Amino acid sequence: MAAPVPSGAALPFWRRIRTGLSGGMLTALLGIAPFVAFAILFLILPTLGLIVQAFIGPDGGFTLQNIVDLSEPQIVSSFSISLRISAASAAIGAVVGLLIALAIIRGKLPDSIRSTVMTFSGVASNFAGIPLAFAFLSTLGRLGLVTVILKTVFGIDIYRSGFNLLSFWGLTITYLYFQIPLMVLIIAPAIDGLKKEWSEAAATLGATPFQFWRYIGLPVLWPNLLGTLSLLFANAFGAIATAYALTGSSLNIVPILLYAQIRGDVLQNPGLGAALALGMIVITALANVIYLVIRARAERWLK
Amino acid sequence: MTRGKPWAWIVFGLGALYFLLPLIATVDFSLRIRRGTYSLDAYLNVLADPRFQQTFSYSIFIGLTTILVGIFIVLPAAYYVRLRLPQLRPLVEFVTLLPLIIPAIILVFGYVRLYSSSSWLPLLGWQVGGQYVGGPILLTFAYVALGLPYMYRAIDTGLRTIDVQTLTEAATILGASQLTILAQVILPNIVVAVLSGAFLTLAIVIGEFTIASLLNQQVFGVYMQNVGANRAFEPAALAVISFVITWGAMGMIQLLARFAPKTARKE
Repeated sequence: MAAPVPSGAALPFWRRIRTGLSGGMLTALLGIAPFVAFAILFLILPTLGLIVQAFIGPDGGFTLQNIVDLSEPQIVSSFSISLRISAASAAIGAVVGLLIALAIIRGKLPDSIRSTVMTFSGVASNFAGIPLAFAFLSTLGRLGLVTVILKTVFGIDIYRSGFNLLSFWGLTITYLYFQIPLMVLIIAPAIDGLKKEWSEAAATLGATPFQFWRYIGLPVLWPNLLGTLSLLFANAFGAIATAYALTGSSLNIVPILLYAQIRGDVLQNPGLGAALALGMIVITALANVIYLVIRARAERWLK
Repeated sequence: MTRGKPWAWIVFGLGALYFLLPLIATVDFSLRIRRGTYSLDAYLNVLADPRFQQTFSYSIFIGLTTILVGIFIVLPAAYYVRLRLPQLRPLVEFVTLLPLIIPAIILVFGYVRLYSSSSWLPLLGWQVGGQYVGGPILLTFAYVALGLPYMYRAIDTGLRTIDVQTLTEAATILGASQLTILAQVILPNIVVAVLSGAFLTLAIVIGEFTIASLLNQQVFGVYMQNVGANRAFEPAALAVISFVITWGAMGMIQLLARFAPKTARKE
């Protein structure tokens, strides 16, 4: 829409405004108004509201009691299991994703394999939630294909030896299905940025491949690796649907506890629910800020 | 012709094993509903289920609405930031990253508290003609938020490949209003980018569970969860269907990328 025209008589004035800065500015501000309104109403206010509520007691006054109450054993254990699953799936996902990206880019595999892996990574990193849980139930559940094959062909009963899909390792293995591809997608451009001349120069000076990676390759990639690690961590920490479909509410990770709280106030205290949310926000925000800061620094090297 | 290093083949092989086994297992499981023989009955059961048809078409409807609302919100913002408000770019980019920083469950928790029927803006309980429209509206905006990082990046990348300044000036000289310029000059020029953002949004929201279930919306993701809790073989069939949908959406994006203009405008 053009800037509002007061009346027909004001045409010369309007002409001036239109070419001038202020008229264009007004239109521009009108243009970004929907975005601003959306951001305030559906991103910022809801989140700020929860943060404020975390500090409000039942009487409506300021309190730190909700934060103190986060030390309840049930909540501490849910944070502990969530942190461990997120850290494990992020670390393993980062290492395996890095190896796969190195293999397709530096391992001289055919180009068709590289493009297939990248496309598949795009799909798999978005294949999360409920269907992913179903896929792993079909694979490593009690009647899953791999479980049955291991038992009948190799004589290994993974469930008798303590494995359970509804556990720390079960959930970690499942999360890797979207963590590894995400790592491949993010780290591949960084590996592309390692110039061929660097490894050639290192080789000319007599460096072994190990020395090249130890003193050049990894140090250059390091900020990217750390940054992506924190992104993967946040990614796993906020995930809920897969765990919910796999375990119902038997594995008490933080998002599932929060889900139950929103459903039926299981903590018997609305303020405590908000404090739980605040805990999640702080952890994922920290992880993401680390990612963004490190990424901004890393980009200087890989131009 | 490159042959590939042995270690690279080993890594690739192990990776392929991890990523293909669950797919094979799921397909296998989805075909085993009849004892001793493979059949497509699990798929037929799902497809014939009226709840599947309702929730799936409702999810598609919400997904398309999400895309339209998303374009309406993002396109003017990205356009004016590029054209006239470059100083706002860092702020706008940060806001578009917020949905990646704030987990979906936090977002919906915030909505439930902020817009509950006892709040100052009781969106959740909003009725039109006896129909609760608050839930679907909140769901749509939540999904716009989920898709925002991708939609903004797609549209911004599209705008980078065209000469926004010259197109706008030319259209203005010809007497076009700002709305006409956005809808009939800018949008057609970046339609490929917009579509790739749209397909990514669709892939993200089509099976979404957390937000919808907490807003009591009967979408495809909630249906899948219900089936998962009550049936044995149908969930595997649903997982295969979902995977095919995700693959289709990603395939469309790849296909569209071939039509996208490769040259950036001269700075």
